[in-house]
Amino acid sequence: MVIRVGGEGGEGVISTGDMLAQASARAGLEVLTFRTFPAEIKGGYAMYQLRVSTEKILSQGDTFHVCVVFNGEAYEMNKDLLAPGTVLVYDSPGGDFQPEATEGVIQYPVPMTKISKVDLGSPISKNMVALGAVMQLFSFPVDSLKDLIKAKFKKKGESVVEMNLRALEAGAEYVRSHLKKVDRFYVQPAQPREDRIMLSGNEAIGLGALVAGCRFFSCYPITPATDIANWLSRHLPKVNGVVVQAEDEIASLGQVIGATFAGVKAMTGTSGPGLDLMVELLGFASMAELPLVIADVQRGGPSTGLPTKSEQSDLFLAAKGGHGDFPRIVLAAATIEDCFYLTIEAFNLAERYQIPVILLSDGALASRTEKIKRPDLSKIRIINREAYSGGGEYQRYAVTETGVSPVSIPGQDGGRYIATGLEHSETAAPKYSPDYHEKMTEKRFRKIAALEDESPETECEGDKDGDLGIISWGLTQCAVREAMKECADRGLRVRALYPKLVFPVPVKAIQRFASTVKKVLIPELNYQGQFAELVAVHAGVNAIRFNLYGGLPFTPAQIREKITEVIK
Amino acid sequence: MEISQPLKPKDYKSDVPPIWCAGCGDYGVLASLTMAFSQNNVKPSDTVLVSGIGCSSRLPYFVTTFGMHTCHGRALPIATGIKLAKPDLRVVVVGGDGDHFSIGGGHLPHAARKNIDLLLIVMDNSIYGLTKGQVSPTSRPGMATTTTPYGSPDVPVNPVAYALVYGASFVAQSFSSNTKLTTDLIGKALNHKGFAFINVISPCPTFNKVDTFEYYKPLLKNIDEIHPDKGDKVKALSLAITMGRNNGEVPIGLFYQEERPTYVEMIQEIKIRNKGTDHPELGRIMDILRP
Repeated sequence: MVIRVGGEGGEGVISTGDMLAQASARAGLEVLTFRTFPAEIKGGYAMYQLRVSTEKILSQGDTFHVCVVFNGEAYEMNKDLLAPGTVLVYDSPGGDFQPEATEGVIQYPVPMTKISKVDLGSPISKNMVALGAVMQLFSFPVDSLKDLIKAKFKKKGESVVEMNLRALEAGAEYVRSHLKKVDRFYVQPAQPREDRIMLSGNEAIGLGALVAGCRFFSCYPITPATDIANWLSRHLPKVNGVVVQAEDEIASLGQVIGATFAGVKAMTGTSGPGLDLMVELLGFASMAELPLVIADVQRGGPSTGLPTKSEQSDLFLAAKGGHGDFPRIVLAAATIEDCFYLTIEAFNLAERYQIPVILLSDGALASRTEKIKRPDLSKIRIINREAYSGGGEYQRYAVTETGVSPVSIPGQDGGRYIATGLEHSETAAPKYSPDYHEKMTEKRFRKIAALEDESPETECEGDKDGDLGIISWGLTQCAVREAMKECADRGLRVRALYPKLVFPVPVKAIQRFASTVKKVLIPELNYQGQFAELVAVHAGVNAIRFNLYGGLPFTPAQIREKITEVIK
Repeated sequence: MEISQPLKPKDYKSDVPPIWCAGCGDYGVLASLTMAFSQNNVKPSDTVLVSGIGCSSRLPYFVTTFGMHTCHGRALPIATGIKLAKPDLRVVVVGGDGDHFSIGGGHLPHAARKNIDLLLIVMDNSIYGLTKGQVSPTSRPGMATTTTPYGSPDVPVNPVAYALVYGASFVAQSFSSNTKLTTDLIGKALNHKGFAFINVISPCPTFNKVDTFEYYKPLLKNIDEIHPDKGDKVKALSLAITMGRNNGEVPIGLFYQEERPTYVEMIQEIKIRNKGTDHPELGRIMDILRP
């Protein structure tokens, strides 16, 4: 079941959705949320969508089954999506609008404003009244919700807890005594499991960093990446780590560079505009061969663009941004699990190859919360940079077969060197001769020349000899996975490749994949077809492009329809 | 950080010879720095010299400490990262007026107000030397340079006043050929807890024919004679603002010093308050995320 709550920003839409999601997760259900915020703090349309199921959920779904609207604006935003069989819960009598009678749409008027304002004398409890009504209508777990309310408002005092519980009960009671349920949607009971955690994409990046051994994080606030910093600010001090809010993104990456030079694993989190500013230092980090991680939570660009929305349009910048020739690695997360495990992978790759690694996420994934299997920390492998062990004259940039040279850290006797952005010799002395610039450029690129072979195999599913092969990256993989299931049910011969490493382009996997299918389709959330272009240039595979660039993620239905159209 | 066998100044000099022009003011700063290191028993392997881009930013190559020669203007944030990640390291930033008052001018206020425990030495020559003679943020009004052939229309930055207003807890000015004073100030700064700033007027004999040794020599004034109370910020600021380019006196010496908690100390306190440990039970942190 997919339930959507819409209303004015600041009206409790997000907290209502959060409570439903948390309570469902506590009661043992799988949950996946999707939300859009206005870019303003108060006012503007805000939406929270919750998908809840007894089974693992792959994406946010195609549309909603139940829509709870707090005001006329939310109704206007959603009325075209109200299909026959869907349910509308709205504020009436006493609300600011009357819905049109739409054929087949089930309507439940609940006087949220009136009950909270007149009956309870507490206008701010409107969302709790709505929550109670929704709980009663669709059998959301009552006990979990009450426990959550008690926990959430405990700090504000007993009377606040009491008022919220009364509002919840008043909403439920109104449904019991005034409405007759005629829809077929309800939340099925499930068994709570101990081995589950629930977190957002940004929190998962924070947790991943913590587990990977990151002990220094520097940031500059930017939507939609700020939650990474917020989460780490609370938890890094517990592991003797440091979080600093720098004066700008240039300084954030600068601090990260200083920390990693000093031997401490370090990271910054940002979005496109911040990554723009970091590019000069990114080149420095690659030139000086310093391991570090940048999480880029993409939003709509260019310029300020769509700060609270989703786009996959920083790929060119991440993969190619910067002057001169320098290597870097770009990974892309598709799920909450990815946000966690790929952050660890990003640190491992950074340390192993002494190189900057960019992890791409996006606005939708950043704020999506999902219940996932609790990671088994004993199974996680952590890689540390190859350390200089002393002895002989130290050559920081010794030319080796792999390109990787052992690194010293300040404080280490005999390990002295100057980390430099100038072209340099093996001992890090400035050196500009043609042979050195060639030799050292080759050394730096050699580190990741065999990256694809040294990485886990790219995941693939579906029919061998498919009529169509889909290559997707980042969040788009979620919609593709769900669409793939439906295609299999309908007997369509489709194959899908799910790269996590997006740059360097996993050329071998893509070429192998392309040779098994008749056509290749690359759906992505950008105008230029950025990954499709990289795939064409690097792997020589020309794909059919499917681009959306409105700021919203793909739905499985959009992918399904495109598959049908292309196969025909 | 202390070592038993004191090193001599020459022991701090690497085998890379400076690339500076004959008569460059930066030589005096290099000599003072190695002298101060020697006098204060600085251990080279526990010390990092960080620089940006410019003639003066080549200095780390010439010294036997660890070093970073980074991007134009970015030495301060990078040095901040080193210090906060590994507080036991001694961090010294060197660079020019272009690095710290122009392209990297946005970083100085924050390193200063956060009281990051490091020393910043600016070799101020009032010209862009590495690019052969363009106007700098400290060039005097009307100065003719390659990019201001008809005279600079800019009002120059006042480095000492800036550092004071930004909240630096140690602010001094010196002159490059006065290696005794510079060495003494660097020594004091090395032992200062918090952000220390020394502006060393370092003439560029090649591209700046106005702000020369000869020009400055008669104007330099020992600040201690007129400003004995180093905690008097108002007096320090007043001296900084009135210090004259119009043939007025240029005070050199310590302008201001205060003791207040450093950023590192405040971070340590946060770690202690959160029972920070190097051997955390990450599973317990993960438990917070149970629904």
